[in-house]
Amino acid sequence: MINKIILLFYILLNVHNLCFAEDKELEKEIYKNLRCLVCQGQSISDSNSDFAQTLKLVVQDKIREGKSKQEIYDFLTMKYGEWIVYKPKFNRYNFLLWFLPYLVLILGGVIIFILLKKRKNQGVN
Amino acid sequence: MKINFFRALVFLIAIFILSVFLFSLNKVKIYDTQNLVGQSIGSFELKSVNGKEIINEKILKKNQYTLINFWASWCAPCRAEHKYLMKIKKNSKNLKILGINFKDKEKDAKKFIEEFGNPYYFLAKDYEGRSSINFGIYGIPESILIDKNLKIIKKFIGPINHEDFNNILKLTK
Repeated sequence: MINKIILLFYILLNVHNLCFAEDKELEKEIYKNLRCLVCQGQSISDSNSDFAQTLKLVVQDKIREGKSKQEIYDFLTMKYGEWIVYKPKFNRYNFLLWFLPYLVLILGGVIIFILLKKRKNQGVN
Repeated sequence: MKINFFRALVFLIAIFILSVFLFSLNKVKIYDTQNLVGQSIGSFELKSVNGKEIINEKILKKNQYTLINFWASWCAPCRAEHKYLMKIKKNSKNLKILGINFKDKEKDAKKFIEEFGNPYYFLAKDYEGRSSINFGIYGIPESILIDKNLKIIKKFIGPINHEDFNNILKLTK
């Protein structure tokens, strides 16, 4: 009898963990993208500050309410501004931030190409 | 005169990087939530400290102005601003103060009020701090001045001082 109860408890525990595993992953992902506003360069995932703990509770509540990741980010951005998210939305103020690495990459490629071509021509001459 | 393309490019990049540093380093950017001014506080629901009443946005709509003050008995700057809250209560006719006791204990909160006086018309509790996020709070003390349409007129981050006191009286005349 005791064995059966333990087995049932074990099964229930695993079912519970399986059901909430997805939520836990989502929570972790959101925590990592939220800036701890009272810390030095830490996400709320890394921080144990009071503010980070409270924010974690609110994120858990929102996930339980069935809110999507984007809805949670939108809610917090509305309350704290874009600074709270590590990955801000693309807009006219930050377009350079998004495109500059690609531009530098392309420009670097062009420079290397021109230099190689020039060296080749010099070699031929 | 033939301009060397690469030298010109390097020069332009150097100028660009220097300009970015010059503009960024001269810009003082201390984070605050002043961007909320002009927005509505939206709906909320809090229990009073004695747990008997519910305080929500509908109650605040009845006031001409409301000052929402987040405080706690363990918060030293809250003690410093308390005398100004008492003065506001005494001098402002159109303003009522909603105190939100933040991450505190009921016993300690009551002791604090008994010791320093009660400036609050409504006294709510937020012992887990969940509601503070809804108000865009990231530290206490913080106060939000709203009108009867629940629109945020001003945010006071940190303890209210003499200048803020005069400002609040002027804004709520």
